[in-house]
Amino acid sequence: MIWWKHNISFRPAFTDRWLCWLLRAGAITAALIMVLILLFLLLEYWPAFQKISPVRFFTDDAWYPLEDQYNLLPMVTGTLYASSGALLLAIPLGIASALFMAFYAPHFIAVVYRRLIELLAGIPSVVFGFWGLTTLLPIINQWEPPGASLLAAILILTLMILPTLALTSYVALTAVPKEYMQAATVLGLSRWGIIYGVVLPAARKGIVAGGLLAAGRAVGETMAVLMVAGNVVQHADSLLAPIRTLTANIALEMAYAMGDHRAVLFVSGLLLLFLVMALTSLAGLLGKEHHG
Amino acid sequence: MVKQDIPMRKLGHPLRDRLVQTAIYLVVLCVSGVFLWILLDLIIGGSALLSWRFLTDVPRDAGRAGGIGSILVSTLLILSITLLVALPVGWSTAILLAEFVPAMSPFGRWVRYSLQVLAGVPSIVFGLFGHAFFSIYLGLGFSILSGGLTLACMLLPILVSTAETGLRAIPDSYRLSAAALGMSRAATLLHLLLPLAAPAWAAGLLLGIGRAAAETAALLFTSGYVDRMPESLMDSGRVLALHIYDLSMNVPGGDASAYASALVLILLLLAINIVAMRLTHFWQHKKLHIR
Amino acid sequence: MRGWKQPGWRYAVTSTIAVLVLSGLCTAVMATSHKLVLTGSSTVAPLAAELGRRFESMHPGVRVDVQTGGSSRGINDARKGIADIGMVSRAIKPNEQDLQAFTIALDGVGIIVHASNVVASLTRQQIADIYTGKITNWRDAGGKDARITVVNKAEGRSTLELFLAYFRLKNSDIKPHIIIGDNQQGIKTVAGNPFAIGYVSIGASEYDAQHGVPIKLLPMNEVAASVANVRNGSYPLARPLNLVTRTAPTGLVKQFIDFARTEQVHDLVEAQYFVPASVH
Repeated sequence: MIWWKHNISFRPAFTDRWLCWLLRAGAITAALIMVLILLFLLLEYWPAFQKISPVRFFTDDAWYPLEDQYNLLPMVTGTLYASSGALLLAIPLGIASALFMAFYAPHFIAVVYRRLIELLAGIPSVVFGFWGLTTLLPIINQWEPPGASLLAAILILTLMILPTLALTSYVALTAVPKEYMQAATVLGLSRWGIIYGVVLPAARKGIVAGGLLAAGRAVGETMAVLMVAGNVVQHADSLLAPIRTLTANIALEMAYAMGDHRAVLFVSGLLLLFLVMALTSLAGLLGKEHHG
Repeated sequence: MVKQDIPMRKLGHPLRDRLVQTAIYLVVLCVSGVFLWILLDLIIGGSALLSWRFLTDVPRDAGRAGGIGSILVSTLLILSITLLVALPVGWSTAILLAEFVPAMSPFGRWVRYSLQVLAGVPSIVFGLFGHAFFSIYLGLGFSILSGGLTLACMLLPILVSTAETGLRAIPDSYRLSAAALGMSRAATLLHLLLPLAAPAWAAGLLLGIGRAAAETAALLFTSGYVDRMPESLMDSGRVLALHIYDLSMNVPGGDASAYASALVLILLLLAINIVAMRLTHFWQHKKLHIR
Repeated sequence: MRGWKQPGWRYAVTSTIAVLVLSGLCTAVMATSHKLVLTGSSTVAPLAAELGRRFESMHPGVRVDVQTGGSSRGINDARKGIADIGMVSRAIKPNEQDLQAFTIALDGVGIIVHASNVVASLTRQQIADIYTGKITNWRDAGGKDARITVVNKAEGRSTLELFLAYFRLKNSDIKPHIIIGDNQQGIKTVAGNPFAIGYVSIGASEYDAQHGVPIKLLPMNEVAASVANVRNGSYPLARPLNLVTRTAPTGLVKQFIDFARTEQVHDLVEAQYFVPASVH
């Protein structure tokens, strides 16, 4: 943060003051959208609030909204399992891909690989789901029926968030000042030594930001998961058990829900939002600890 | 794009280095293998249908016959509205966060926190929000405009986060030098910082375009399902991803058209990627007089 | 160095924005005259879109906008007046009697299994037992020794309600292994799993079975599951596809509903593999 507040000898230029307000307006708009969405979700849940107390989302026997049972807990665990599994797989793969593009591959191959990854970022989730349903599920099914499972969801999600991770990590890696690497080279560090000891720590902030984006996408992904996860509402006891995520719950039932059922689906959305808030705060804390 | 080479040194731990290198190559091989597999599946399934007529004709018989002309137009219109709205808001937020507000100030933290949360909001919730807010409360109805605005909300976190990362990566010495030269902050930004951060911004932009073009759930309730050629921004228009979803999930015998549409979507993204990369490259070099 | 300040650039950008905004505003004022908005069931939407296209060609200046999103949305939007007509892929419930319903087509629900499955028919009791988890192996239903994968529909879908009512089950009794949303997802799931059983729209599965997708329809109560049997009324598990309105239809709405029930649109209904309502 250089030259904050007033310059010692000049008033800040007119354009600068003007620019600052313009930028502030933009930022406030961006932040207000979140408040609006939160408000709107609460508003939709409100009519049912009198009848269905929030405690019941965790204490009811099961999820049968048409029989007045609204336990959302299995879907919370489903979402957590699927997205954390995908992150666990995708983070090493994504960082390895970024390292490959930044340091290992010859220029031409790096460019080709990056194009491929960029393309993948644009493949619609429906197509991933479609592919998972027709290709991946039969393979898993031969191993252990029914095929549609937590594992399938994790694999498809990994494919989907990998581009985000790889591209953001790549940007973070290339942004590490060259001087760092030159200094490390002079010290006689090996290639991996430089990467592990100097480059990755220097790029950590960018990689964590990318990880958060990817985590958000994994938690929020709807269509692809809906097509491969099996959508049975239960706590998964193994990798091969079918699960339902909070997003799939909304997508599956929203179009056909009325009255209380509909209101409770908005609670799925709220829970998802709180989940993301919790994850974000956690990531913030982790980031701070590393700093200190 | 500055290529950073680390010289191959045989000092230190050659065995560990070799292992890591093998692992990285294996990962890349696996990733490209799976992705080529998916792409190949799409090409095999869709290339037979692909033709100029397919690109220009309107869909017939619920999409089984005819083409995707009107759907392409709607998709492009929605994308341009999204970018027209999201880019100024998103990028100005990023500049503010990276250059003007101390990282730990309450305002900066609040904005950053809400954006991080926004990044995790599932697209279907954006769809429901857009339906209630843009379509009904603001009275835009099912229209390309309300679809574009909804998508713009969804893209903000991606654009801000990538742009901010790009700006923060620029060493402070650049800013100090510019300040010493008496440049205004606006001028420093425009002539120095933005060109330096341009590749990161372009990467974010591409991620954003990719995500917007692939979006289904958020648009179902806002821009709608009508597959006619849109006559204005207030018309409902079906986007390509939604068309693919409808064909594969709802129309018996729609698979071939779905594959072909997916292929078109990917080619479209490839074209946008190339153009965006060229523009960044061109602009950066013109500004900074590199090479 | 100062290329961005060249007037050409700025003019291009500002004028583009201005044109976009202006065109949006102008058409917002103009476009509302003869527009018919239909929302609701994703099953009916493709048919309604085709009906709308033909209706437009017969009535120049009229636009028919079809939006999808599920039967309950059709009901809600018709009630609130957001849509002129709602589309509902089931019979009207007792608490929806305030709406006027017009059946435009019929659709049957059939049990499907993988084409390689040796089981040729199941009794009503067997199907109920499979879905409630009393039979878990195809061996006990006359097939090979393999675990059954039970495919169920998501809560609130009209197909599920019809299925439950016919077999007198509660959804909490069912022990599903996979829960699906739309018809095609069910068909693709069963086609990819040799030991799965599911229930989907007959029209869609008959079309896919004829076009090489490895699924087969099982008879229900000894009546073959086919569009023909839905048409002649002998198939037990059928549902109406309805258009609903808040008040008795008048003007353009009435014209469209009447048009959708005439014989001149039967080819469109059959092209979507439904059964025209007035024939039966």
